[in-house]
Amino acid sequence: MTEKNNNGSNNSEPQNKKKKVIETVWQRSQQQEPHCGFGELGLCCRVCFMGPCVIDPFGQGPQKGVCGATAEVIVARNFGRMIAGGAAAHSDHGRDVARTLLLAAKEPDSGYTIKDFNKLKKVAQVFEVATEERSKEEIAAEVAERALEDFGRQDGEISFVKQAPETRQALWRKLDIAPRGIDREIVELMHRTTMGVDQDHRNIMIHGARTALADGWGGSMTATELQDILFGTPSPIRGQVNLGVLSETDVNIMVHGHEPVLSEMLVLAAQDQELVELATSKGATGINLAGICCTANEILLRHGLPIAGNMLQQELAVTTGAVEAMIVDVQCIMPSLPEVSKHYHTKLITTSPKGRIEEAIHLAFTEMNAFQTAKDIVREAISNFPNRETVNIPKEKMDLVAGFSHEAINYMLGGSFRGSYTPLNDNVINGRIKGVAAVVGCCNPKVTMDQSHVDLVQELIANDILVVQTGCSAIACAKAGFLIPESAEKYAGKGLTEVCKAVGMPPVLHSGSCVDNSRILIALTERAPRRRCRSRMDE
Amino acid sequence: MIFCDIEKCLACRSCEIACAVAHSGSKNLMGALREETVPKQRIHVVAVDDKRSLTPTHAIALQCRHCHDAPCIEACITDCIQRDEKTGNIVIEHEECVGCWACIKVCPFGAIVRHKDLSIAVICDHCPDREMPACVEACRTHALVYCDREEIEIDYAEKLKLRKS
Repeated sequence: MTEKNNNGSNNSEPQNKKKKVIETVWQRSQQQEPHCGFGELGLCCRVCFMGPCVIDPFGQGPQKGVCGATAEVIVARNFGRMIAGGAAAHSDHGRDVARTLLLAAKEPDSGYTIKDFNKLKKVAQVFEVATEERSKEEIAAEVAERALEDFGRQDGEISFVKQAPETRQALWRKLDIAPRGIDREIVELMHRTTMGVDQDHRNIMIHGARTALADGWGGSMTATELQDILFGTPSPIRGQVNLGVLSETDVNIMVHGHEPVLSEMLVLAAQDQELVELATSKGATGINLAGICCTANEILLRHGLPIAGNMLQQELAVTTGAVEAMIVDVQCIMPSLPEVSKHYHTKLITTSPKGRIEEAIHLAFTEMNAFQTAKDIVREAISNFPNRETVNIPKEKMDLVAGFSHEAINYMLGGSFRGSYTPLNDNVINGRIKGVAAVVGCCNPKVTMDQSHVDLVQELIANDILVVQTGCSAIACAKAGFLIPESAEKYAGKGLTEVCKAVGMPPVLHSGSCVDNSRILIALTERAPRRRCRSRMDE
Repeated sequence: MIFCDIEKCLACRSCEIACAVAHSGSKNLMGALREETVPKQRIHVVAVDDKRSLTPTHAIALQCRHCHDAPCIEACITDCIQRDEKTGNIVIEHEECVGCWACIKVCPFGAIVRHKDLSIAVICDHCPDREMPACVEACRTHALVYCDREEIEIDYAEKLKLRKS
């Protein structure tokens, strides 16, 4: 094991090395070193078949690709294609959520219901859907249809752009980068970056910005807002994190991936009386549903279910020997999982038609058969419980408070009668809080696990900057113990501690999964207009 | 010596980058690119011509061979190119190099590099401060090997035998 995965709070040593050394992400990362410098710099172009071309960054070798593309153009093309890929992933997730909402509205026996009517009404306003004297199903169906229209929109602007601060909107219109349609921007970026189209790196980058806006204010925001309608808007909730949350006596079911459309059904299935009895009949004390990555964040935020770890811990969870089934859908799932699972009794189950892994069990999940599939999966896991061999679960676990949706932050700062961002803004104005920062993103085996997130966040809160987080970065800080209110006194600066104590919140706010970055966008937008008021007052 | 197996070289040029970084002040890629005098690589991936094919079929990563009968030593007008008696390698005293490029003219491999910014000639030094030359370490397909001539000869003889059988 390298020093990169040894870090006090993370017991990330592969547990239970019974047969042989089990290869994990850290060994594979080491084997890939040194990484190709052209790839790292984005100077390798594989867009057409005249290449592949590389540009010598030290100036001796070729300075142009076969087609004549310069270093700037090649880097911009590669970066643009990364933006297109990322925006596509978030947005396709959003599309599935919108389709699920449509299903919930139109098929009463689909198992999905509209949980948050208030949120539905709010979102209906954005989509300009009439709400008066209509049933929630009618409103939801129209909202879902309008949301789906934003994906294929050809002209105008996507609906959520209206939510952004006005100055931003004006700037986007001035630069002509207000996103027109979610799918359109992604397709256009792929077009522009093919051979011989956009040859001005600045022009590629500006369209990259437009595509990114289509993700943040389009695909991601659709996913977050409609998920809240379907499964409920999160509010602060206690939970636990790290591999120690796995149970020695329960059937451990691990959900890993990104879309709550399936995991919400698994939550229901795991509480099903018949299945709990089946688990006890196999000698277990119950069913323990825990998560990895953003699925974990979704079920934590809405149900307080435990998080076993972030992206780099997926293989380590299997190596405890205590996981009966790992259920995966899309994004961040390592293709190495079947190889690791082979050494244990763990069953790897893929569920999405978009993401299959060779050697894994595939139980096709569609929105229509959701509850039945979820029950089948849980049954499969329970039947696997007697096959357990040695179990070695690390002790480390940490408490946390999560669920700070922008609605929850609003409520928390002022209660239901005068809920607003004014107290936060006041504290920024009077200097107790120096600002608000969002720290989001993934983990990387190139650096010591979680360290970059933890160090950065610790420094920010020590300097009286309130931190809002999502994704694996939030899980990293949760493991470090930043997500409990008591951490304010320990790590935060004087001003921020005062505010945290008064409100009773941690100095680091966990807002959800990666697509919930859009919550941060809205929360920070709420702050912006008040700041303008202040500057006007100063005048 | 550093040898390159042309059947394994995929011409990715990773060795070139690693060489330049190893000869930089900061010793890392991002830092090296920001240095005032950009470091120069002393290894170059070149195409190997094959008469049977229109396009080059093979590539080789080439650097100073440290020849036994080195013409560059003879050609140097300031006597700054010398053989290091201990290692047997050829070294260039950079303080004395005036950039006349006479060595480049006589090198049969074209392995001597012009450092234009400093106006001096530079060659592969086998990375004296590293255990393994940077280019060998960076080679993804293990085409580059660092070993004695005798070892590579034995290896090659075995390969030939295999092929014949």
